[in-house]
Amino acid sequence: MFGGAISAIRETGSLVRANSLLVLLAMTIFAGTAYAVEAAPATSAMPWWGWPLALFITCFFLGIVAVPSGVGGGVLFVPIVGGFFPFHLDFVRGAGLLVALASALAAGPSLLRVGLADLRLALPLALLASASSIAGAMIGLALPASLVQVALGITILGIVVLMATAKKSEFPDVAKPDKLSAALSMHGIFHDASQGKEISWRVHRTPLGLLLFVGIGFLAGLFGMGAGWANVPVLNLLMGAPLKVSAGTSSFILTLVDSSAAWIYLNKGAVLAMIAVPSVIGMMLGAFIGARLLHILRASVVRKLVISLLLFAGLRALLKGLGIWM
Amino acid sequence: MNDSHISIEQQRYATLLSWGSRSGLALLIASFLAYVLGWMPAHVPLEQLPNLWNLPVGEYLEQTNTPTGWAWLTMTDRGDFASLVGIAWLSGCSLVCLLAVIPIYARRKDRIFVMLCMLALAVQLLAASGMLRTGGH
Repeated sequence: MFGGAISAIRETGSLVRANSLLVLLAMTIFAGTAYAVEAAPATSAMPWWGWPLALFITCFFLGIVAVPSGVGGGVLFVPIVGGFFPFHLDFVRGAGLLVALASALAAGPSLLRVGLADLRLALPLALLASASSIAGAMIGLALPASLVQVALGITILGIVVLMATAKKSEFPDVAKPDKLSAALSMHGIFHDASQGKEISWRVHRTPLGLLLFVGIGFLAGLFGMGAGWANVPVLNLLMGAPLKVSAGTSSFILTLVDSSAAWIYLNKGAVLAMIAVPSVIGMMLGAFIGARLLHILRASVVRKLVISLLLFAGLRALLKGLGIWM
Repeated sequence: MNDSHISIEQQRYATLLSWGSRSGLALLIASFLAYVLGWMPAHVPLEQLPNLWNLPVGEYLEQTNTPTGWAWLTMTDRGDFASLVGIAWLSGCSLVCLLAVIPIYARRKDRIFVMLCMLALAVQLLAASGMLRTGGH
C-alpha cells in the first residue's frame, strides 16, 4: 500500500513536471515570437548567428510538441517562422518542405518495416500528390508573398477547425473494397501491438481519395508544409484505412510529395542553408525528445497547446498578408 | 514482431530509404558545420545574410549573383552551396528506392505497379531536372 502511494506520488510528480514543461514551452514560443516581432526591424543589431540560433531553439520546441500532438513539424513551422521571423516567406516555405521531408524520411523506414506504412496503398496516392505538389510549388513561387500569406492564414485557420472538430476511427468498417482498390491490391495486414494481434484492412472510395490527394499535394507545394493534417483524415475517415496505418502511410507519402516540391524550391534558389539546416536539425532533435516524452505528456494538453499556437500563427499570417499586423 | 506479411519490395524500399536518409542527414550536418565554422568560404558572407534573407527569392538571387537550377553544383567549394548537396541527397534518395523495387514488381508481372513506379520516378526526375520554370515575383 505504502509502495503504491509512493509510485502514485512519483507518477503525479512526473505529470506535473511534464505539463509544467509544456506551459514553459508555450510561454517560450509566445515570448520568443513576440520578441521576434518587436526586434524584426533591427535585424542589423543582432549578430548574423542570432536568428539561426533562435530558429534552431524554436524548431527544437516545435519538434517536441509535434510528435505528441500528432501533427507534422512542417505545418507548425511555416506559419510560426513565416509570421515571426525576419526571413522572406519564399525561404521559409523552402525550409518548411525540408523540415517535413526530413521528419518523414526519418520515420519512413521503420514504419514500412512494421507494416504501419503500406507501399501499395501509398504509391498511387503519392504519385498524384507529387505531380500536383510541383504545380503548387511553381504557382506559390510566382505569386506575390502577401497573397500567399493570406491564403496560408486562411488554410491554417481551416486546419485549426479540422483539428478541433475532426473525429477519428481506430478501425473503420469497410464492407466491400471498391473496384480500383481491389485492382491495385490496396489491402494488408498489420500487427497492432496494443491489442497483440494481426489486423487485416482494406480500403474503399479510392477514386475520391485520389482526387483529394491531388488537392493535398498542391497545398503542400504551395505553402511548403507537410500535409499529414489532410492525409490522415482522407486515408482514415474517407478511405477506411485503420488510424495507425493512415498515420504511418501518410508519413511515408510525404517522403515523395515533399521531395518533388523541394526540388522546385531548390532549383529556384529558394532554399537557404542558413535557414533550412538549423530548422531541420532542431526539429529532428525535438521530435526525438518528444517521442521519448510521449508516455508522460498528456496528448490532450499538447493538442490544445498546438491548436492555440496554430490559431495564433494563422491569425498572424492572415493579418500580415492583409497588411494589418506587419 | 512477425514481419512475414511485409512484402519483399517494401522491405527493400525501407532498407534503401534508411541508408539514404541517414547518409543524407550526416552529409547535411557535416557540410553545414564546415560552412558556419568558416572551414569553407561562403559565396554570400555570413555577416551580410541578415540584410538579404528578408528579400523575395528573385531579388536575393540578383543581389548575391546566385545561380539557379543545377549551376550551384559547380560552386560546392563554397560552404553555402556545399550544404545544398545534403539537401539534394535527401530530396533524391527516394529515386533509388523506386528504381530498386521495379524489378521485384516486374518479376511478379505486376505491370500496374511497374508503371506506377516508373511514373513516380518520372515525376521526381522532372521536378529535379530544373527544366520547369516559374515566373518570379
